[in-house]
Amino acid sequence: MTVETLTGYAALQPLMARMTGDEKHDIAAESTVDILWVLYDRVLDVAPGRMDDPDRDRFLLSKGHGPMAYYAVLAAKGFLDAAELDGWARFGSPLGHHPDRVLVPGVEIGSGSLGHGLPIGLGVALGLRAQGRNRPRVVVLAGDAELDEGSNHEAIAVAGRLGVDNLTVVVVDNASASLGWPGGIARRFAVEGWATTTVDGRDHDALEAAFTAPHAGRPLAVVATVEPKGA
Amino acid sequence: MTTIAADMRQTFLHTVSGALDDDPRLALVLADISYATVAPAAQRHPYRVINVGIREQLMISVAGGLALAGMRPVVHTFPPFLVERPFEQIKLDLNHQGVGAVLVSSGASYDMAGAGRTHQGPGDVALLDTLPGWTVHVPGHPEEARRLLLAALPGDDRVYLRLSAQANAEPQPETGGFRVLRRGRAGVVLAVGPMLDRVLDATATLDVTVLYAATVRPFDAAGLRAAALTADRPDVVVVEPYLAGTSAHLVADALADVPHRQRGLGVRRDRELRAYGVPADHDAAHGLDAPGVAAAVRAFLRLD
Repeated sequence: MTVETLTGYAALQPLMARMTGDEKHDIAAESTVDILWVLYDRVLDVAPGRMDDPDRDRFLLSKGHGPMAYYAVLAAKGFLDAAELDGWARFGSPLGHHPDRVLVPGVEIGSGSLGHGLPIGLGVALGLRAQGRNRPRVVVLAGDAELDEGSNHEAIAVAGRLGVDNLTVVVVDNASASLGWPGGIARRFAVEGWATTTVDGRDHDALEAAFTAPHAGRPLAVVATVEPKGA
Repeated sequence: MTTIAADMRQTFLHTVSGALDDDPRLALVLADISYATVAPAAQRHPYRVINVGIREQLMISVAGGLALAGMRPVVHTFPPFLVERPFEQIKLDLNHQGVGAVLVSSGASYDMAGAGRTHQGPGDVALLDTLPGWTVHVPGHPEEARRLLLAALPGDDRVYLRLSAQANAEPQPETGGFRVLRRGRAGVVLAVGPMLDRVLDATATLDVTVLYAATVRPFDAAGLRAAALTADRPDVVVVEPYLAGTSAHLVADALADVPHRQRGLGVRRDRELRAYGVPADHDAAHGLDAPGVAAAVRAFLRLD
């Protein structure tokens, strides 16, 4: 099986196998794969030739752990040469266990340490607003356990109070926060003035609808629920 | 030594407010501190003067995001809250992302002596030394602060501007390296920023070369080396208004091939000074007043 024989979502499995070395690797084991695919396939206004375009949409992978699905999507969409996947995590490869924006074409931020992507994303959104660039949006992917980091809550409060509606956060909820989020994750955003929606993180149409729902004057939080980690 | 209350800070706030009018790329990020002073600029530029409230981690992260979006962020608060509390944000959201910002602190090591340890920041320059690519300015006069700020604004690099309420009586001209103020034979004394007047006072009767630095990173190794090799012995005393010995590794590098001696004067590292009072009290406690500097220089250069 080669990459060239498959297109679209079906291309992701062989691309990921180039990193895992496992032809049968179940891509559904990646909690983020469907969200990433829907964003790059249906939602984001960005393309490989537009990484210097100030009016491109920005996707920031805040939860930098387990980036194989991200690399696979970037390769499938032409941002990244699929041949690079074979050297994954080796010395000299641009692809590591956490992505580095300086090394990987198409990657907007380097991440790994948790709780940085949303605050940076707020800064990008404010920068676009300050320049009068009202069209591009900033989408940050975070994890439910990542929300443990207090730095996120500084950004959640400020984005809500300032009505930064070009900012979207998708929280992948695989119930991995050690102490949980009693009452649900969406409430943490809603109380600060965000528009919120909770959807099945495996349902492509539901994800697309959530990402494209109107939310004028308010930032948008999409909580994408997937199977509990380790289930 | 002349203490001019908040003078560099007021100069900075006035200068950056004006610069916001001229350069649409500039954004000022604050965490409440000094916001009231720039309120008129915030009214003129509501999207480019961003007050995030008392959230210093976010302040740095937002600056990183602004830079990624093509803006030139200027970030300002007291040293402990600008450099120490959000240090990982500086490391990752500026350095690791490959973007820059102008960080402007006010308060130095103990301008707010009466506020105690929580508001004192003697470790800021040493911390930034753990990261690559930072230019560090320690102006000795409000006019130097204004000049260094205006030079930093058009760039996209990482600049730390360390402002203090302590200042020298007169500004020094821009020289692009360490400035030679006095030449002597017994050794070299490098005075950093607000330390200059007291160093000149302390060494008035000594046969030493006095260098002045308002910019310590990059470190003018060539200037220091030339001065040291001109003296009878390459003995160097560095007088810094932050942790003692912060620049010792750069002095050692500059003179790596020459047998030399060096002594670093600054805020003592061996214990936490649990005392309030005024800056002059802390100068004396750290040996950074003119008598303390004089005694240390004389002893190190064996001039007694």
